[in-house]
Amino acid sequence: MSNTVIEFNNVGKQYILGTIGTGTLSQDLNRWWANIRGKEDPYLKIGETNDRTQKGDSRFVWALRNINFKVEQGDVVGIVGKNGAGKSTLLKILSRVTSPTTGDIKIKGRIASLLEVGTGFHPEMTGRENIFMNGSIMGMTKAEIRSKFDEIVDFAGVAKYVDTPVKRYSSGMMVRLGFAIAAHLEPEILVVDEVLAVGDAEFQKKAIGKMQDVSRGQGRTVLFVSHNMAAVKSLCKTGIVLQNGMTVFSGNIDDTLKFYLNETPETNEGKIIDAIKHKKTTIEFKRILINNTEKRNSTITSDQKVLSLHIEGHTQEEIKTDVMLVLKSKDGTPLATLAEGHYKGLIQTIPAGDFVIQKDIYLPEFLSNGQLYCDLKMHHPMVEWQLQAPNCCILDCEGHQEGYGSAINQHQFGFMGLNCKNS
Amino acid sequence: MAKEWDIIITNRNKLLSIDLQEVWHYRDLLAMYVKRDIITFYKQTILGPLWFIIQPLFTTIMFMFVFGGIAGISTDGIPQAVFYLAGLVCWNYFQDCLSKCSDTFNANQAIFGKVYFPRLVVPLSIVISNLIKMAIQFILFLVVYIYYFASGVYFHINATILLVPILIIMLGCLGLGFGMIISSMTTKYRDLRFLITFGVQLWMYATPVIYPLSVMKETYPKYIWVLVANPLTAILETFKYAFTGVGEFNWFYLSYSIVFTIIILLFGIIIFNRVQRNFMDVI
Repeated sequence: MSNTVIEFNNVGKQYILGTIGTGTLSQDLNRWWANIRGKEDPYLKIGETNDRTQKGDSRFVWALRNINFKVEQGDVVGIVGKNGAGKSTLLKILSRVTSPTTGDIKIKGRIASLLEVGTGFHPEMTGRENIFMNGSIMGMTKAEIRSKFDEIVDFAGVAKYVDTPVKRYSSGMMVRLGFAIAAHLEPEILVVDEVLAVGDAEFQKKAIGKMQDVSRGQGRTVLFVSHNMAAVKSLCKTGIVLQNGMTVFSGNIDDTLKFYLNETPETNEGKIIDAIKHKKTTIEFKRILINNTEKRNSTITSDQKVLSLHIEGHTQEEIKTDVMLVLKSKDGTPLATLAEGHYKGLIQTIPAGDFVIQKDIYLPEFLSNGQLYCDLKMHHPMVEWQLQAPNCCILDCEGHQEGYGSAINQHQFGFMGLNCKNS
Repeated sequence: MAKEWDIIITNRNKLLSIDLQEVWHYRDLLAMYVKRDIITFYKQTILGPLWFIIQPLFTTIMFMFVFGGIAGISTDGIPQAVFYLAGLVCWNYFQDCLSKCSDTFNANQAIFGKVYFPRLVVPLSIVISNLIKMAIQFILFLVVYIYYFASGVYFHINATILLVPILIIMLGCLGLGFGMIISSMTTKYRDLRFLITFGVQLWMYATPVIYPLSVMKETYPKYIWVLVANPLTAILETFKYAFTGVGEFNWFYLSYSIVFTIIILLFGIIIFNRVQRNFMDVI
């Protein structure tokens, strides 16, 4: 028998666009009049899907619509989606900050939410007073907090500052303290919204480890919202993809992330071949595949060893060529390049007619988490360019991660991790 | 397996679904809030809680000069200090409760927007923490009262003094009730916030704080209904009567005030409860 702890039934949330001005009084009266006559709320019928890029006709918009899912006890659910997909609204409703317009949510057990750290911290009060204050806001009794007090201070690493007003704390210390309190609450359900982004790497790891303990060791349920795919992947078992306020996918975490990453062609759509900016007129390119796909977005999974490059085409005359693939960071800094012509002096000769170039590039063992932008080039050094396709595709690297580790971030630690011999 | 849900979140709830049990569960939070209000009041001050006393003391002295001295308004034979202080202690408590409660949603939107707890805890904590402030001011009143008593002024103390705790509770409940109603309405229509600042000022003059009811009856018998309709009139008059035996004590007026208080309080809780579920979307 399954043990459902959270159940969403047809949950929807409607918002009014624009400002709330004097017009609301007449709307209120309208609503009230409809209610008196026993009719449906006139404003609930209108509404359209929440696509913020399209200008809509209606002043009312569904931030969430028809959300239906169940969460079992001990599940760690990752909720992913683009900005504005409704993730935070969902968590707000779940933590009872605002109520749904339609539907209902049933919850078993105590729920603690960490929508923003330092919630309810009073700047004038000391760390100690705030631990008690914050703990009781989250529904703990004084005795419970007292028994956990040392653990909280220890976890947050603020022992020195515990009798200093929190207005003197650094933002990192606030986050640590806030998270420490929530993590030691022992709620049956913990709701976490993109809060860990603020702490340093060490603390992030500690926090993720703590959340793993909470779910694995103590069988509690965690709902986790993040844009950090590596964190979601390492922490969650199941996932939900939200898009324009609707659940478009739910399932185990690997499938969820695969679905989500393929669904977010944020900048590049179409095929790699469409990104060619310059080519020699006597050459025709038929297919270009990077990472086994013609699409301009793909994922390098955590355990992937090889990045494949496949070019099919036709040349009217013999060419000498060196195929180059430059991997860059998002801001355009080159990180690594395949250029055998340079360092090996290896120039390939392709006779006239159809050709196929297939290269399997060895990826570094400890690739970091982040996006790699690719420039694809073919040239005969000092003679001619045969192909130039800058930014032809984006590779989402999950980053290498094994055991209890978590992948390093590209923006923090660079492109790859180093190996060493321990003795 | 029978499912027992602990929490059900829906759009609809009954008119009177006030979960007092939940408020009781959060009593530690209530205590923390009271503590916070008091601690933060005198953080980084030198005089600390003394400020609770300084304010009514100096206001009383000002009243003695302006209303007692210059305007020459009668105090029904009671020493001016005792008369004004009695009125001020009561009025201050009501006013603090009212103005602070009426700002509940506005002042706490940061917390309310992030975490759930019974919102009723906040206005309740305001009433309680102000009660402590009130108690300190009440002691000041007693000191002044005993000083005059010892120096030979005769006060006709009577059994009505037993009503004083009830009067104080009524003041708190009235402030709470009105405050919650105003707070709930200001989330959407902010006009009331401007009204409250000067409305409270006007209200004080429509309450026998600086003059006794008897003076009003002599001077403006036509408008006496304004004072009678004001639920605070009976409370303040009874309070003064209890300690000095001067003033008007009337069971009918007092009963009216009690009924009025109960209705306002219930109405306040209901409207507050309705608004708190969605106020984040409109504030």
